Amino acid sequence: MSVAGASAERPLLAVRNLTKLFGTFAACNGIDLDIQPGEIHALLGENGAGKSTLVKMLFGVLAPTSGQISWRGEAVSIASPSAARKLGIGMVFQHFSLFEALTVAENIALSLDGTIPLARVAERAAELSRAYGLPLDPKAHVADLSVGERQRIEIVRALLQNPQLIILDEPTSVLTPQEADRLFETLFKLRAEGRSVLYISHRLEEVQRICDRATVLRHGKVTGACDPKKETAASLARMMVGADVPHVSAAGTSTKGDVLLEARHLDMPARTPFAVSLKDVSLKVHAGEVLAIAGVAGNGQSELFDALSGEYTVADQNAVLIRQRPVGQQGITARRLLGAGFVPEERHGHAAVTGMSLSDNLVLARNQSDRKAFLGGGVLGIIKYVAVRLASRRISEAMDVRKSGDDPTAGSLSGGNLQKYIVGRELDRQPAVLIVNQPTWGVDAGAASRIRQALVDLAKSGSAVLVISQDLDEIFEVATEVAVISEGRLSDIYPASALSREKIGLLMGGLQGQPEALTEAAHAH
Amino acid sequence: MGIIEAILLTVVTAATPLVLAAIGELVTERAGVLNLGVEGMMIMGAVLAFVATQATGSPYVGILAGIGGGALFSLLFGFLTLTLVANQVATGLALTILGLGISGQIGEAYVGMSGTKLPPIAIPGLSEIPYLGPLLFKQDLIFYISIALVIGVNWFLFKTRAGLKIRAIGDNHGSAHALGIGVIRTRYLAVLFGGACAGLAGAQLSLVYTPQWVENMSAGRGWIALALVVFASWRPWRVLAGGYLFGAVSISQLHAQALGLGIPSQFLSALPYVATVVVLVLISHNRRMTLINTPASLGKPFVPDR
Repeated sequence: MSVAGASAERPLLAVRNLTKLFGTFAACNGIDLDIQPGEIHALLGENGAGKSTLVKMLFGVLAPTSGQISWRGEAVSIASPSAARKLGIGMVFQHFSLFEALTVAENIALSLDGTIPLARVAERAAELSRAYGLPLDPKAHVADLSVGERQRIEIVRALLQNPQLIILDEPTSVLTPQEADRLFETLFKLRAEGRSVLYISHRLEEVQRICDRATVLRHGKVTGACDPKKETAASLARMMVGADVPHVSAAGTSTKGDVLLEARHLDMPARTPFAVSLKDVSLKVHAGEVLAIAGVAGNGQSELFDALSGEYTVADQNAVLIRQRPVGQQGITARRLLGAGFVPEERHGHAAVTGMSLSDNLVLARNQSDRKAFLGGGVLGIIKYVAVRLASRRISEAMDVRKSGDDPTAGSLSGGNLQKYIVGRELDRQPAVLIVNQPTWGVDAGAASRIRQALVDLAKSGSAVLVISQDLDEIFEVATEVAVISEGRLSDIYPASALSREKIGLLMGGLQGQPEALTEAAHAH
Repeated sequence: MGIIEAILLTVVTAATPLVLAAIGELVTERAGVLNLGVEGMMIMGAVLAFVATQATGSPYVGILAGIGGGALFSLLFGFLTLTLVANQVATGLALTILGLGISGQIGEAYVGMSGTKLPPIAIPGLSEIPYLGPLLFKQDLIFYISIALVIGVNWFLFKTRAGLKIRAIGDNHGSAHALGIGVIRTRYLAVLFGGACAGLAGAQLSLVYTPQWVENMSAGRGWIALALVVFASWRPWRVLAGGYLFGAVSISQLHAQALGLGIPSQFLSALPYVATVVVLVLISHNRRMTLINTPASLGKPFVPDR
């Protein structure tokens, strides 16, 4: 730690005014960041706050639009990951870039320069993994390893370069608590050697436990730089989600309508080792309401969407009700026929077939629910292209979809425009129930507000809308009711006006059921 | 020379082009590129080897011409699929049809000419071994090259850094690119190697197997070689073993007819494909084996996103 004291004036890495534009959308906007030698520095922020974009620029994966990066006091331009490695920056990605068909030693060898013979790589890797408490068998095939073991390979791979700065992108999101504890010990060892760690996370408790300093990002901008140990979870959450609460638009009508969508003690076991199981989820959405489900990614949102939409059915027929009819065992088409509409999270390949035209995509989604309008010829099911084209044009106009040509392929549209089309495709049916997962994920601000307005309008016209989102701004803009999902459990449903961002932030960070944390949040408010 | 020995000699001659074309395709596929144009590259090698041999009188010049022809033809495939990112399956099929057509055109004047057979080279001492000697050590140059290539490719793929990079690219080209490995460049080299090997296999057909030019003389061997790569589950030694197995099966058609056995020749010529289907079913049952041996990005186009 003496290293840190000696050179505290000259940071290891200094970032000034770094900006990255994607089109007109600023993923990072004038970021300043200093990392001192021998510190564990947290980069905090919600999903989409620009954390990943920032570190990709630091690691040479993305080129910054403008701004300056200095390494040990000298201005550098990091053109590629190998340039970053040469400087002494190592990175452990959230999604591992490992080769499943190769062995652990071979995977490690690939990221080294050619000077070390292949046979020696296994030895060095074994030495390092022992020294840092990262047990690994160099001869094992990656295909046979667990996620935690795969992460260890990535860390050893980064360490073999002898880096001064190691960037970890959401390292604990895939780990068990025990594996996470083990990882923290490795990080402390690295810090004791005078190396720096840039630790990206949205888990407040973790950051407070292990990090010396924190930089908080929100909407591509730095909203705070602090010592997380001196902050409360509530103050960190406020920096993360923003203190400027916009006025909640009164989306719904004041009188509650009938319950149109309901889940009763919905349980769904996890389908894969990495999926989340839903535990006893109960919710009710009345006509005229927008219920927003907040939560950190990977806490059961996609599983909840699957269960409610019927992509995966559940054993209990009465666990899901649409317009008061039990549909738990019914598939997606049956639920659509009851007047429900669904917009899944993934635009490309899930909500739309990218290689097919918009009108073809329209027929794919609505060929059962709008059978009479779109299909003719009785059992033959001949597509009435004139009717489909007209409907497609109507949707494009209603949602202001900018596209080249009358009926281009879905893949040729920008993300925002395709999302507008997909949402519009459901809205066009005036569904009684609409379930949307991440309606504005990766969508530019203009398209996002258009989509949100459409959701609010739908609720106003008497439908029940359920929005699953990680964007608190969005939630406060559209929701009349809010619930938070964490580890497959849904919190109580609160009226949106009765919830503070801090409280949602804390519920999201997994502090649910810890009353003192919530009281603390209330005090900070 | 007894009848058994004679049969075994024909097996070696029939197996060599299969092994050659398959070992080349194996490297191409290990790099993640599916080149279905083996038949076309092979026939181009065959015709150019024959023409060059007729022009110069030296079958060794013919060998070089065959290798060059196959490689050049594969370069066309590489340009279309790697640079222009055309569909690999369609391009490969087109390459085969194009090769069959062009070779027929080039070779038109050479039909019926008697060619020059590549002379066998006896290895002193070893060729005297009874039975085994004449079979393995009194063969032509291309046979020796085929064996050396199998040994060499196996060593190269599994013991060298360059081989490791090829396997990495074939497994996950996105990650390989992120590590700074030149995906497109390496794939070009792998495609070129595959083309050169297919061209050499073709040269073997027109210089050793039947030293003359006959249109369509590759007669589906390129397809058998493709099947052989899958049959071998992308392992070089298994290519050698499978090549001789498939070679023996294809030769057995002739011998079965000569001996008057009542096995339909169509059945025997279908056997390699049946065997490949069986192997495919077996390996697809074993998830682990599929993951470890099958190049996961096989046939997927790669466009760097930076």
